[in-house]
Amino acid sequence: MADHRLGEALRAYRLIAGMWVRSTMAYRASFVMTTFGNFAATALDFVAILLMFSRVGALGGYPLPEVAFLYALTSISFGLADLAIGSMDRLGRRVRDGTLDTLLVRPAPVLAQVAADRFALRRLGRVTQGALVLGWALTRLDVEWTPDKLLLMPVAMVSGCGIFCAVFVAGAAFQFVAQDASEVQNAFTYGGTTLLQYPPTVFAKELLRGVTFVLPLAFVNWLPALYVLGRPYPLDLPRWTAFAPPLVALACCALAGTAWRVGLRSYRSTGS
Amino acid sequence: MVTATEAAARDEGEEPPAESAFIELDRVEKVFEVRRKTGFLRRERRQVRAVDALSFTVARGEMVGYIGPNGAGKSTTIKMLTGILTPSGGRLRVAGIDPARERTRLARRIGVVFGQRTTLWWDLPLIDSYRLMHRMYRIPDARYRANLDRCVELLELADLLDVPVRQLSLGQRMRGDIAAALLHDPEVLYLDEPTIGLDVVSKAKVRSFLRDLNAERGTTVLLTTHDLQDIEQLCSRVMVIDHGSLMYDGPLTGLHEAAEGERTLVVDLERELPPIEVPDARVVRVEGPRQWLAFPAGGSAAPLVARIAERYPLVDLSVREPDIEAVIAKMYAGKAVS
Repeated sequence: MADHRLGEALRAYRLIAGMWVRSTMAYRASFVMTTFGNFAATALDFVAILLMFSRVGALGGYPLPEVAFLYALTSISFGLADLAIGSMDRLGRRVRDGTLDTLLVRPAPVLAQVAADRFALRRLGRVTQGALVLGWALTRLDVEWTPDKLLLMPVAMVSGCGIFCAVFVAGAAFQFVAQDASEVQNAFTYGGTTLLQYPPTVFAKELLRGVTFVLPLAFVNWLPALYVLGRPYPLDLPRWTAFAPPLVALACCALAGTAWRVGLRSYRSTGS
Repeated sequence: MVTATEAAARDEGEEPPAESAFIELDRVEKVFEVRRKTGFLRRERRQVRAVDALSFTVARGEMVGYIGPNGAGKSTTIKMLTGILTPSGGRLRVAGIDPARERTRLARRIGVVFGQRTTLWWDLPLIDSYRLMHRMYRIPDARYRANLDRCVELLELADLLDVPVRQLSLGQRMRGDIAAALLHDPEVLYLDEPTIGLDVVSKAKVRSFLRDLNAERGTTVLLTTHDLQDIEQLCSRVMVIDHGSLMYDGPLTGLHEAAEGERTLVVDLERELPPIEVPDARVVRVEGPRQWLAFPAGGSAAPLVARIAERYPLVDLSVREPDIEAVIAKMYAGKAVS
C-alpha cells in the first residue's frame, strides 16, 4: 500500500515535471539565458569567498580548499533539493488564488503535484557549479582517502538533499496556515545553505546548537566534511555523528511529511 | 477501473445498478472559523456557517442548476462534493463514496470545470494538456481517442489542438477545459460558472454540448451559474441556496412563480412620450424616449410588443431576463409577506 502510493506519487511527479520542462522549452532562448543566469548568480557566492581569501589566508582556521569543499557539498545537496522541489514556496500563492483546488480534484497525491509545480531545469546551474567547485577542491585537499571517507561523500550529499527537501516541505506546509510565509521558508533554505558554506568555527555556539539540535542543517555537510578533513567537530560531538546524516534525513522527512498532512487537513477544513 | 466498464455499459444502453440517489447530502454542515484582528495582537474568533444542515439528493443522469448569490455557500458545497473540503457535520456521498475520505478514488469518477481557473497548460498546445489527462487518469487508449474525437468534433476544437493555450480566447479555453474534464468518462460533471464572460455564440456552443452530453451519455451535471438562461436552457431542476440552506428546489418555472418573477421589456420610442399604457405590463422607469416595462416572466413578450408597436412609434426594443439576485430578493420579499 505504501509502495503503491509512493509509486503513484513519483509517477505524478514525473508527468507534471515533464510538462513543465516542455513548457520551458517553448521559450528556448529564455531557458538558455536563465540557466546561465542561475549558474552565474550561484557562482557569485563562491566569488565572494574567493574575494575574502584574497585578503586572508584562512577563515576560522580553514584554508581555501577546505572552505571550497564545504561550499561544494552544501551547494550540491541544496541544488538537488532546489531542483527537485524548489518551487514549493509557491504553495501560498496557490492557496490564495484558489488554484490549489484544481490539484485536489486530480487522482494523484497533492504533495507530488505541488512538488513538481514549476519544475525548472535551469536550477541545474547551482548543482553544476557546486560540482565544479568540488572537483577543484578535491585536487587541492590534503586528505588521506579511506573507503569509509569515499563512501561518506555520496551518502552525505543525498542525505543533505533529503534534509533540505524536508525543510522545503515543512515550509510549504506552514504556508497552509500563513500564506505569505515564503520568505520565512527562504530564510531557512537559501539562508541555511549560505550558512553552511562557511566553517562552523566562525559562528557562535548558540547558532551551532540551533543548526545541530533544532534544525539539523549541521548534518548536511559540516559533520561529514569535518570527518573527511579530520577536523574537530563543533560542540564536541562524538565522531560517529558524521555517519548520522541518513538517519537525520529520514527523521526530518518523516516530520515534514506529518507537517504536510496536518497542513493539508487544516486547508481542507478551513478552505483558506 | 470502474469508469471504463461503466461507461461501456452505458454505451450499450444498459442501466448501471439502480441507485436511488447518486449524490446524497444529509444535513451537511460546513462551519468556518474566521479570525478577525481587533487590536495589535488581539483576535476575535467568530464562527461562520457557510453551509447549514443542507440535505438534497440528485439522481443519476439529472442536470441540476445550483444557484444563489455570492457567498451563499455554492462553492463550499461543490468543494465538499469533490472532496476538496471536509464537511464539519452530516453525511455526504457521491456514487457511494465519501469524498473527504477517498478523494483520489472519487477523482477518477468526477469531472470538474472551474469557470475562471483553467486547468490547461498555458504555454503548451491544447493537445498536450489532454495527453497529460490521458496518462494521469490512465485512460485506456481506445477510450481516450474516442472521447477526444467526440469532444473535438462537438466542441469544435479541431483547429485549436495545436495552438498554445495562452493564445486561445476565453470561449475557446472554456470549451477546451470542458473537454479536459470529460476525457476520463466522469459519471458526474461539476461546472462552476461555465458561461461566465463568454460571448453569445460560445455560450450557445457550450450549452448545446452539455445538453447532448447529458442526453446521450447520461452524465449527471451540476452547474452553478449567475446566468438564468443557462438554467432555462439546460436544467429541468434548479436549487437555490442562500445563507447555507436550500431556499427552493424544483423546476425553473416554479421558481419564477415562487418569486413572482418579472421580465423587463426595454423600448426606445421615436420621442419622449408619457408612460406607455398597455394591459399586463406596467412602466417601471422612463428616461427620455426609453421606457422600461415589467411583465410576468411566465408570459410571452410577442403580443406585448405587437400591442405597443400598434399604438406607439417604436424604434428599438430588447427583453431582459430577471437576474438571479433579483429573483432571490423577490423570494425573500414574498416570504416576508406570507
